[in-house]
Amino acid sequence: MRPFVYRRATDARAAVAALEEQPNAMYLGGGTNLVDLMRLGVASPEALVDVTRIAPDTVEETPDGGLLIGAGVRNSDLAAHPTVRRRYPMLAEAVLSGASGQIRNMATVGGNLLQRTRCSYFQDVSKPCNKRRPGSGCPAVEGDHRNLAIIGHSPACVATHPSDMAVALAALGAGVRVEGRRGAHRVAMPGLHRLPGDEPDRDTVLDPGDLITAVELPALPAAARSRYRKVRDRASFAFAVVSVAAALEVADGTVRDCRIAFGGIAHVPWRAELAEEALRGAPATAAEFARAADTELARARPLRENGFKVPLARNVLVRTLTELVETP
Amino acid sequence: MTTTTPSYVGSALDRVEGLDKVTGRARYAAEHSPRDLAYAVPVQATVARGEIRSVDVDAVLKYPGVIAAIWYGNAPRLAPADDAELAVLQSRRVAYRGQYVAVVVAETLQGAREAAGLVRVEYAVEPHDVELRADHPGLYRPDHVNPAFPTDTEQGDPDAALAAAPIVLEATYSTPAEHNNPMEPHATVAVWDGDGLTLHDSTQGAPAVRDTVASLFGMPPANVRVISPHVGGGFGSKGAPHPHVILAALAAKQTGRPVKLTVTRQQMFAVTGYRTPTIQRVRLGADTDGRLTAIVHEAFEQSSTIREFAEQTTVPTRMMYAAPGRRTSHRLVRLDVPTPAWMRAPGETPGMFALESAMDELAIACGLDPVELRIRNEPEIDPESGLPFSSRNLVACLREGARRFGWAGRDPAPRIRRRGRLLVGTGVAASTYPVYRSPSRASARAEPDGRFTVRIAATDIGTGARTVLTQIAADALRTSADRVRVEIGDSALPTASLAGGSMGTASWGTAVVRACEALREELDRRGGDPAGGVEADADTTEEINGQRRLARHAFGAQFAEVGVDADTGETRVLRLLGVFAAGRIVNPKTARSQFVGGMTMGLSMALLEESVMDREFGDYLNHDFAQYHIAACADVRDVEAFWIEEDDPHLNPMGSKGIGEIGIVGTAAAVANAVHHATGVRIRDLPIRLDKLVG
Repeated sequence: MRPFVYRRATDARAAVAALEEQPNAMYLGGGTNLVDLMRLGVASPEALVDVTRIAPDTVEETPDGGLLIGAGVRNSDLAAHPTVRRRYPMLAEAVLSGASGQIRNMATVGGNLLQRTRCSYFQDVSKPCNKRRPGSGCPAVEGDHRNLAIIGHSPACVATHPSDMAVALAALGAGVRVEGRRGAHRVAMPGLHRLPGDEPDRDTVLDPGDLITAVELPALPAAARSRYRKVRDRASFAFAVVSVAAALEVADGTVRDCRIAFGGIAHVPWRAELAEEALRGAPATAAEFARAADTELARARPLRENGFKVPLARNVLVRTLTELVETP
Repeated sequence: MTTTTPSYVGSALDRVEGLDKVTGRARYAAEHSPRDLAYAVPVQATVARGEIRSVDVDAVLKYPGVIAAIWYGNAPRLAPADDAELAVLQSRRVAYRGQYVAVVVAETLQGAREAAGLVRVEYAVEPHDVELRADHPGLYRPDHVNPAFPTDTEQGDPDAALAAAPIVLEATYSTPAEHNNPMEPHATVAVWDGDGLTLHDSTQGAPAVRDTVASLFGMPPANVRVISPHVGGGFGSKGAPHPHVILAALAAKQTGRPVKLTVTRQQMFAVTGYRTPTIQRVRLGADTDGRLTAIVHEAFEQSSTIREFAEQTTVPTRMMYAAPGRRTSHRLVRLDVPTPAWMRAPGETPGMFALESAMDELAIACGLDPVELRIRNEPEIDPESGLPFSSRNLVACLREGARRFGWAGRDPAPRIRRRGRLLVGTGVAASTYPVYRSPSRASARAEPDGRFTVRIAATDIGTGARTVLTQIAADALRTSADRVRVEIGDSALPTASLAGGSMGTASWGTAVVRACEALREELDRRGGDPAGGVEADADTTEEINGQRRLARHAFGAQFAEVGVDADTGETRVLRLLGVFAAGRIVNPKTARSQFVGGMTMGLSMALLEESVMDREFGDYLNHDFAQYHIAACADVRDVEAFWIEEDDPHLNPMGSKGIGEIGIVGTAAAVANAVHHATGVRIRDLPIRLDKLVG
């Protein structure tokens, strides 16, 4: 680990100003990913600007019936929040399925959105990686990619986004509040994270120095009947092989509204808009769920060793939606 | 002396060092920080094969706090090593990716790490070959397999028996490379004092490290002292010194400073050994009633180009079941990979996965219950050596396990039991591990205050060795355990065999008993008066070399119940139950931990563990706990271990067999057999991850 300067910001503007002054600085939230990356030599900021004291750590109800989640809210607190559990159960389940209790106690909402891929090549500085060193190549395409992307990837990068929480937020259509050099603005999810294209080093649409200050959840009655199902090799403490966040509103056997996002299959939390469209107004049956899944996954282009993720994603989606229908 | 003291052997004495461990008083190797300590961080090769062209350390030496940068060009010369892995920094050759090519010593660990990253090594890169295949042109027949078993054996006419058998099972099984991941990674603190060297080392055998290091540095063993009172696990990876031990001693010698070298978890995947991947072809011939007529077991495995390690994969097949026609063989290929080494029950673990999976497949082919099939093939004597067994209670383990597990009435048909969306199935496998004993020395001393001190250079790697030796000594001295102090973990103590091969308690216990007996005799001669302290020694070399030739093995039976998610293929072990026949159990509490720990490691092997070879770069890619999955608590739901009373007079004074390794043997096969019962899908290549079952 290289020597670095540590500073604690007093407010969001000051934090943004600090990064403007020192371009090779980074914000520090819970540190559960960044400190690892610094130890591995993947990240080597000259300065860390600690934003945990300035980012709000509260969850508030908004006038339009949604929730405003401070970027500094710890993952464990978010998952335990009674309103989140009642009105957005998929979000609580997603957060609880991630990492370990100790890590959730440290990790923040803002940091969780910005955690970086766990692709083995990205994390090993002795090997090429276009995400870490643009233009150096992507050994994962021909190498070990069992747990990498099947959809939306590019020849330059096949990495997946590791967050569970972000999958639920993408399904919910959350908004991300950002403080930056251009002032405050808002980025809608999905839309925060980028597909790799030929610039895989850029994970998000944020500009340098942009600081996530909060996440807005819209009022979404359908989310009260929602679920996050994470499939992984180990029963805990493992990244998703495939995950599904799904909300379903059914009236008279017909799907009125639904929200679906996949994790573990793409460079971004993958909002399944084609599947959603196929389902709205359709009978809430397993056959229709399968048809919707196939519609979405027709776009999948699996790699040599991760073709199993296509039937897996299909099965998990059908099962999750079926359980949402069957659960009283 | 009184003869009414209780028998400690067989009782659940708490760990004598338990309080020290939970309060942090117990010091592990890396927790020793002598005055003037410096920190060493190795530089590892980034090519899988080639030659070092140049090493540039200019930037390193300018880095604040750097004391030295050592590479082959300026390293002290070592004496030739039996194990070429230990000839660190002695040549330009790179034999595998991750091999040590330099080391940086600095005032702080952080500084040494950062500076190590500044070392510029240029290589003349050569093409590498890192992939084990059963048709690899480089396969050859090693002279023997670990440690000294014949490479191939044959009896009767297995080919004719196979040709004539009404039922033939032929299948190929494979197991991946797996890495030992003890809780405490390897670490060495090296301190030179003139011609003397002291090492605080995380090792399973201080005397072995002493002898190896002394030989490499060309000095008498008496000048080296290796101290390892507490070791946080090893599973075989700390059985023999790995290159970091030599590198630490070399760096300390070069700099004239005490040096601490801690191996990181990531580095362990290149430099501290691993279980070779195996490809195994098994052919079984049987009568229609399930009696085996032929057993053929062929194994293919890998080693590095610089050291031959040939795992004894098919050795357990030689004594497991009766059959007139039998053949076992091992073929090895030397690849540009790190050198494999011991990992918990080497040979038996992958070998019995194949054999016990094949037995399950044969039971189905014969329409027989798999427990019954095994009972029908129980040999009277060791089938290959012809020696009588000192004791063999596999059948008792199978029957007792079946009773406790609730095996009776099992419907053998696959894929018919559901619990919600889970497909549920059960499976069984047998396990075995040889009973070894090595010569050791011990001393026992009666102190003037009526207490006793027992000394032996044994190691407690977390198994409870210190505790059971206390029990054994207390009984031999006919005194109470709290009056006995056992000193271990120091090569300066009477020399002892290493903590490996499940032979620690048997080897050390024998020496301790003999030393205590000698002390009692001496005390009796003196009328029981220990005034001034009385000491007696023992050396078991003669006793052990003179023991009768018998087939001595421990046995066990593992039963598993699994649930497989019908949609996702996720497999979870719902229940795991083992019954073992391992002689007299010296301490039920520590023994249960050993059995349950072994079974847990077997569960982990069955479902999760796999070191993924990166073909392009030639290293093991998934080198941390986020990527190399070991069973976590949520994976280990219900594991029970039991044992049967076994009275075997042909073992050692305690009547015990080793228990450290038998728990893992067979477990993976039991799980795989249960997965077949649950799903109808036979997984012959481990681990059983969901991609093999999702459909």
